[in-house]
This record gives sequence, C-alpha cells and structure tokens, in this order.
Amino acid sequence: MLKTALRNVFAHKARLMMTVLAVMLGVAFVTGTLVFTNTISSALEKSSSKGFDHVDVAVTPGSTKSEGDRVGRSTKLTDATLKKARSVPGAASATGVVSGYAAVADQDGKLVGNGFSTKGGNYSGTAAEPDDRYPLTDGAAPRGEHQVALDAETAKRAGYKVGDQVRMSIDGPVLTPTVTGIFTTDDGNVAAGGSLALFDTATAQQLFHKQGAYDEIDVTAAAGTSQEQLKRNLDKALGTAAVDTDTGKQLADDQAEMISSSMSSMKTMLLVFAGIALFVGIFIIANTFTMLVAQRTKELALLRAVGASRRQVTRSVLLEAFFVGAVAAVTGLGVGIGIGAGMRALMDGTGAIIPDGPLVVSPGTVVSALVVGVLITMLAAWLPGRRAAKIPPVAAMNAVHAAPTAKSLVLRNTLGALVSAAGVTAVLAATTMSGDSGQLPMGLGAGLLVIGVFILTPLLSRPLIAAAAPVLRAFGIAGKLARLNSVRNPRRTAATASALMIGLTLITGLTVIAGSVQSAIDKMAADSLKADYVVSMANGNALSPDVLKTLDGTPGVTATSGLSNSPSRIDGSTEYLTGVNGKTISRLAELPVDNGTFTVGGSDVVVDDKTAKDHGWKAGSAFTAHYEDGKEQRLTVAGVYEGNEMIRGIMLDSSTLNPHITDGVSDMQVMLKTSGGTSDATKDKLTKALGENPAVKIQDRQDISNEIAQMFTLMLNMLYGLLAMAVIVAVLGVINTLAMSVFERQQEIGMLRAIGIDRKGIKRMVRLESLVISLFGGVLGIGLGVFFGWAAGQLIGNSMSTYALILPWGRMGIFLALAAVVGILAALWPARRAARLNMLAAIKSE
Amino acid sequence: MTTTPLAGRTTTAAARATDLSKVYGQGETQVVALDRVSVEFRQAEFTAIMGPSGSGKSTLMHCVAGLDTFSSGSVRIGETELGSLKDKQLTRLRRDKIGFIFQAFNLLPTLTALENITLPMDIAGRKADKQWLENVIQMVGLADRLGHRPSQLSGGQQQRVAVARALASKPDIIFGDEPTGNLDSRSGAEVLGFLRNSVRELGQTVVMVTHDPVAAAYADRVIFLADGRIVDEMHAPTADTVLDRMKRFDAKGRTS
Repeated sequence: MLKTALRNVFAHKARLMMTVLAVMLGVAFVTGTLVFTNTISSALEKSSSKGFDHVDVAVTPGSTKSEGDRVGRSTKLTDATLKKARSVPGAASATGVVSGYAAVADQDGKLVGNGFSTKGGNYSGTAAEPDDRYPLTDGAAPRGEHQVALDAETAKRAGYKVGDQVRMSIDGPVLTPTVTGIFTTDDGNVAAGGSLALFDTATAQQLFHKQGAYDEIDVTAAAGTSQEQLKRNLDKALGTAAVDTDTGKQLADDQAEMISSSMSSMKTMLLVFAGIALFVGIFIIANTFTMLVAQRTKELALLRAVGASRRQVTRSVLLEAFFVGAVAAVTGLGVGIGIGAGMRALMDGTGAIIPDGPLVVSPGTVVSALVVGVLITMLAAWLPGRRAAKIPPVAAMNAVHAAPTAKSLVLRNTLGALVSAAGVTAVLAATTMSGDSGQLPMGLGAGLLVIGVFILTPLLSRPLIAAAAPVLRAFGIAGKLARLNSVRNPRRTAATASALMIGLTLITGLTVIAGSVQSAIDKMAADSLKADYVVSMANGNALSPDVLKTLDGTPGVTATSGLSNSPSRIDGSTEYLTGVNGKTISRLAELPVDNGTFTVGGSDVVVDDKTAKDHGWKAGSAFTAHYEDGKEQRLTVAGVYEGNEMIRGIMLDSSTLNPHITDGVSDMQVMLKTSGGTSDATKDKLTKALGENPAVKIQDRQDISNEIAQMFTLMLNMLYGLLAMAVIVAVLGVINTLAMSVFERQQEIGMLRAIGIDRKGIKRMVRLESLVISLFGGVLGIGLGVFFGWAAGQLIGNSMSTYALILPWGRMGIFLALAAVVGILAALWPARRAARLNMLAAIKSE
Repeated sequence: MTTTPLAGRTTTAAARATDLSKVYGQGETQVVALDRVSVEFRQAEFTAIMGPSGSGKSTLMHCVAGLDTFSSGSVRIGETELGSLKDKQLTRLRRDKIGFIFQAFNLLPTLTALENITLPMDIAGRKADKQWLENVIQMVGLADRLGHRPSQLSGGQQQRVAVARALASKPDIIFGDEPTGNLDSRSGAEVLGFLRNSVRELGQTVVMVTHDPVAAAYADRVIFLADGRIVDEMHAPTADTVLDRMKRFDAKGRTS
C-alpha cells in the first residue's frame, strides 16, 4: 500500500501542485506568525530585562488597588523616604526616579516617535557622581530648567547634538532647553522607537507636577546582600503600608510576562487569520482528492478485486494525503521562517524599531507547522478516501470509464436548509438581544449559516448561474458552454466558490461594520460638538492649565471650556467627575436634555441618562460626592442629558471641582469657540498662540472626523492584508478546479476544435467558466457579509445610539470586481493549456 | 494516380491531395506516415479509406480534413489550399466546409441532442436552415429524441446525432473516422445507411476511414493504403471483394 500511495503521488505531481501550494501557504502563514512573534518578544524581553540591571529593589508609593481607592489617600515618596532608603542596611545606593511624558520635536518641528512613547525623566547625579542608569556619551549632565539630555537614538534621529536648542513640550507649553548631554540607555521603550529626555531632578519634579516627590526609588544592594534581603530591610524601614517594594528580578519577570502576553494576543489574531487560510485550503484539498479518486475508479476497483480491503483502500488515499501534506508542510515551514525574518526586516525598514536579537525558531514552531500541514491535508482527504472505499470491485470490469456518480443532492440540500435555517434564526434572535448577551448566539448563528450555505451551494449554483445566462449569451457558444460546464459538477463548483465565499464574507462583513461604526462615531463627534476647535495632547495626556489660560487670552476666542477629570466616591461606587466651564459648556457641546435644565455651576450638576438611571436620580435629586482630596460636598442634579460615547458622566463646574484635585489641575482637552469660526487663518492663529507646539493637536470637527476615518482605514487595511491570504488560497482553488476540468474534458475540447471553435473560443470558454464560478462565490460572500454586517450592527446599535447601517456600495462593487479579477487570473494558465491541447491526441484519448 | 470519372457524376473534386507527405521525427528515427500521396475525392461520392494498421489511412484523413499538418505537398478543399492557412483560418474552414463523425461519438454531454446537432452553426453564429435541419433529423430518425442528453441515448442514437451534426451545416465534405467502430452491427448498418443516403439523395460528399469490409461495402469507392502509399482502388465494392483484397495485405505481411 505504501508503494502504491507513493507512486500515485509521483504520478499526479502536476495535479497535486495547487494542493501543495495551498497547504504550503497556510503552513507558511502559521510558521511566519510564530517565528515573528517569538523573535520579537524574545528580543523585547531581553532588552527590557537589561533595563532592570541597575535596580535591585524598586520602592513605589503604597499600592492602590483601584482608582477609586485613591480618593482621600495619597502616599508620596519624598526626599525623606529617599534618605531613609539610602541608609537601610545592605543598600549601596538609592536613586529617586521621576518620570512622565515629554514630547521632542525634530528640526522640522515634527514629533519624534509616536505619541505614546515619548518619555521624560530625571538625571539624578552630577559631574562627579554620574547617574549610572544613563551613561553619557557626549556632553554633561543637565542642570536647571534650561538644560536637557537626550538619548543617543533620539538625538541621531532628530539630528540634535550638544549645544543645540530643542523644542519640546511636557503638557502644552513649549520649552526650548539646550541639549547638554547625549546618553545611552537600555530602556525598552527607547529600544522600541520611543524617545527619552532627561532633566535634573528638581526640574523634572516641577515639570511633571510632582514637587518634592518621586515616582519610584531604585535601590541597589551592597555586595553580599541579596535582592530579597534588601527588600526585607526596606519593608522594615519604610513600612509595607506606605510603600510597595519589588526586587529587580521580579520587575523584569513582570515586564517579560507583560510583553509576552501582549505579543500573544497579536499572535492569536494572526493565527486566526492563518486558520482561515488553512480552512479555505481544505476545500481545495478535498476537491483534488475527490477528482483523483474518481479518475482512479477502475484502478481502485482492481485493488479491491485482487483482495484489498475497504480499509486498505481508504488508507492508501490517506497515505497519499500524508505525503502531500508532509511535502507541503516542510516547504511551508521553510517559507514561513523566511516570512518571519522578512517581516522583521520590513518593520525595521518602516521605522518601527525593534531591538536586535536572533531569529527564534522554536521546536514548538516546527512541530506545529508540520502537524498542522499534515493533519489538515489528511482531514480534507478523509471523505474522498471513504468514497474510494465504497467503489465496488466490479467497477474494474466495466469497460467504460465510470461516470462521476450523480448521487442525489436531496439529503445534502435538506441538511443544508436545516443548518442554514438554524443559523439565520440564531442570528436574527441575537439581533434583538442586548450587546453582550447577543454576541455568543450571533457568533454561533453566523458559523452555522456559513456552514449551511456551504452545504447548499450546489443547489444555489443552478439558479444563480442561470441568472447570469443572459450576460453569457452575449459571448455566443463559448458563454453557453461555460455556463453549462460550471454547473456540471455542482459539488466541485460549490467547494471552489465556497473557498472564495469565506474570504469575501469576512471582508464584506468587516467593511460594512467598520463603515457603519465609523459614521456613527463621526456623527457623535459632529452632533455633540458645537465648538470650533478642540485642543488636546498628541499622546492623549492631560494639558497643562496654562493652555486654557493662553487660549482664554487669545484674541478672537469667544468661549472656552476645559474638560478635567477626577475620580470620586458616590454612594459607595466610583464615579468620574468632569469639570467644565458651566457658563460656556452649552455653547460648546450639544447635549439633548431629557429632564430638568442644562445648568452647571455651584452645586448644580448635570448627569447623563445612564448614570442617572444607575443611581435612580432625576432633576432635583441631591447626592453627596466624596472628592479625591477626601472632602465631601452635597450636589444637586439640575438636569439629565443624553450621554454618548464621547461625553458622559457627571458634569460640574470646574470652579467647584478643581480645588479638590490633588495631582495638579489638568484638562484632557479644551474646547473653544472663535469669532471667525473655523478657518485656516484661525487655526494658524491658535497654533501660534500655543507656541507651534508639535505635541498639541488643534482640531476642528473635520480634523476629528478625518482622524477617526484614518484610524478605521488603517484597521481595515490591516484586516484586508490578513484576509488576502485566504483569497490567494481561494484563487489557487479556482486554478485547481479549472485545471481539473480542462484535463477531464480534453476529448470534448478536441472535438470542439475539430468542428470549428478556434483557440480564442476555447480560451474564452474556460475563462468564462472561471468567471462564473468566481462571481458566484463573490455574490454569495458579499451577500452573506452584508447580512452579517447588518446583524452585528443591530447588536452594536443597542449600545450606540447614532449607529445606522451604511452599505459601502462602492467597496462592494470593488469586491465583486475583485472576484471577477480572481476569475480571470485563475483562468490564465488553464485556458492556455486548453487552447494548446493537441486536437488529435485529445479526440483519441479515452 | 489518375482516376476516370464515373459516368453521370460531376467531375469537380470536393477535396484533393497532391504529392502529400507526412514525416515524423528526423534522421535515424524518421517515420514516413504518408509518402507522396495523390488522391481526389469527388463531389457526391462516398469513399472509404482502408488499409492495415499503421498504413497511414487515419493520417491521410486528418491531413485532408485540416486536423493535422503535413510535411510537403498540397491539400485543397474545394478551391482552398490548406498548406498556407493559419490555425485560425483552418479552424474557420473546418467549421464552415467540413463535417466530422468520430468513432467515440464525441457529443457534448451538457447539450441536448438538438443542441449538439446545431453546435457547428452555433459556433459560427449562424441560424440553421430550418427546412434542411428537419429533413436531416427526419432522415436519422431522431425527431422524438431531440430534448434528450447524450447520456440518455444509446450508442447508435448518439452516433445518429453525430451524423446529423455533420450533415446539418451542409458542409462541402464529411469525414468519418471509424464511425461504426464503437457500434453493434445493426446500429452500424443504420449509420452507414444514413451516410450512403446522404450521398445518393442529398448529394453529400463523404470520406470514411474504416477497417471493416462490411462498412467499406457501403461506399462507392474504396482506396487501399499500405506503408503510406495508395496501393489499390476499388469501385462498387462488396464486403467480399474488400475482404479478399485485405487478406492479400495479411498474406504479404506474413511472407515479408
């Protein structure tokens, strides 16, 4: 049996090619994902653990279990704490660490790094006693508020050297310190492409609003003292209630775990898409083996006739699948390792800096790639193998080539109808449920429906392809023959089209959902915003109060309001309070009032409908708020407004709230109205007023819409890229099917050539068949995608009031065109082969 | 070779081959399939081509019918010289001037009997001559089977569809490649009867390759090929005279 199986694989090399390619692509995707993510996380872990080389024990302020607990409590690490830590037995040194965000602009005024990785800190040391966390490669330590040190990577990227003036910003106002030193660092954030700017400790404390306090105290152990010993000593000296202590090893481990967990979610996502590509591949494998078995009917019957058991026949087919899968898996593994290496190079090339490290190909990667490749192939070949076993020995005696079994589709159609109906019912039922509880039934229903539609595709193929007949008629006899050929083997056509359908269903569904959500968010932003401009930090941090002051003093600005945030405790639960300018807010934001009036000022507050419902408030209700600083105040609900994703919660006047904010008042954003409305000139004026700061965003409604659109476009493009693999595999499937059809119909093609169809006509016939199959898959996929998009939208709409289904007709047109392109491309080679067939040989071949 | 025209028949040739040679391979491995064959197929005549296996009878037919290329010489269908035609022109010539009947019927399983019959016209984008089509269908006795697909027809019925397909487009000449090879003797006789009737009654020209003396007996003329050359010709053949002639090939084969 082994020999037979091997011989068969070699005999059908060409016909197995597409199958091997399909499996190979899937395996390569899996391998590439594993290699890439393993390599990155190992490099990141290594580089971040280096960052803890100078820390034996880190002391941080007493643990805060949740944000709400911060209310009324705050421990600070002060100079006194630092002194105490330094004198603990076994401590060699202790360094006070201050950190925050600091945006650095390059020579052209552009932000270095992306918004979230621009860090700032303190250089704790002097020329005599340098800070050994940050070895200086050039210049000297920064001193005072006009001096700064930059990491070497940032200095190189932005083109700064010692003596240059740098434009930077902490929380709004522009600073222009002079670079006094360049240093190197092991900081993982810098290694990953961020920037780090250091001030002297006092300046850093002031800039980051931490007067006299440290974020962390790093203690190093004296020779002979272990990290654990030092930790115990520190706990004893400082008190476990006031501070938390962690050993350097612990911190490194925590960090490594965090990195690997964030990489693993990326890995999971990539593997899902690899899984989709592999799933699509199953259809191709099954098609190929079905055909091989059908063509070998006589041969297999002969095996049975001379004494092979059914099981042996099945096993010989499975063995063949094993060889095919093994070859595909091994090549896929090789290609995948290449992809992993290439992806890292690509990311390096696009500026996303990844720390160096060796390419990691773990044994797990190799094993899973091989197992996946072989198992998928054997699984897909299992049904054809079973069918092979059912061939009766007498089939060997039939002189005529056994016709493909025209087994009734009744059973299949009934099953398909039942499964589809169950799927549709579940999806429809889910649309009436609330967001969270509806997700599971919707997912299940969607899965069932896809399977049901797949089972039904042979049935659906007839009417849908018949509907294309008028168009095909325009192509004369070639069109007619193409249509008839495409429904000739409904199962095979169905499997081929389904492969394409799956990819297009996902692509269309995601496009519909993303488009609708985007427009919903956009509408929310536009509807609720009456302000001309919104000012915020590029890195999402809070703005300095100076920004609001500056804007207030800018000519042409007619109304402003900051939005400050502070946690509070109300009725035992944590609620965020939003401080706004009560006099101007109604001119800047449009929030429909359900009951009461929109009055914010003194002890009058407004509450969004959801919070009001949670607490059972309505206009006139009063409640007690415990502020962040421990004080409490009786507040009255003046009105209940309809909250949305952008603005919600309890809104009170900033003059009421701000005195209670402990960490320094800061606004998440500032909304403003100008006398001239939005215009380039106004924006210019505002930009100038804020010192042309690269870290500050000044956006009008259009800018916000654009930003939202950009985010969605980026996300969709990424998903398209990932789903492209599934589409490519589907293309291989169409090629495979056409190649099989051409092979099986050689005699017919020869006859058609003899009685007068020219090569062009034959090519056209094959191409049209390909087009029909691809468009069939495309129509099914787009149809299902729209349905799922609509259904998921119903769920989203329950929690998003502005959600409305938007059908991206243009995109859908493109997807259909894509299906057509797939059809034409897939037909290139089979059509050429068909046209080149030797007429006489074809007619004679049995 | 020269042939004397039969009395009462038109002298125009439907197809003519002159010094036709077909050589496969080169040098040592060279095989001469046709060796300077000259032959004429007159209009409204039923010709059978016979000869032992490997005599070149199929090759001759394929070359004259524009299915295969030849090495030297000339082939004319009517007034058209095939040697100078490109694939596209050759295809059009086959479509418009030539009808084919194959041993394995070669019908399209996806088309009905009627659609198979009108296929050459559909390919050309021409409308079928209704009256003619009805006559042909009547003649082959398929009137009540037109909506059936080939898989629902017997072998004899399938070949009758193939005959109707060849006749329907009124070609200048019909070539048959062992048209009765896959049929039982009764069905075979039917098909040959139709072919002979089409010559007698409709003035069709038919050339058929066969190895069956009984089939050859339906022809007006039999030409015998051996080793790529025409070695004999017989008019008004009977099964017995053809068989006798064929036996002489066998005897020669055994003695040489």
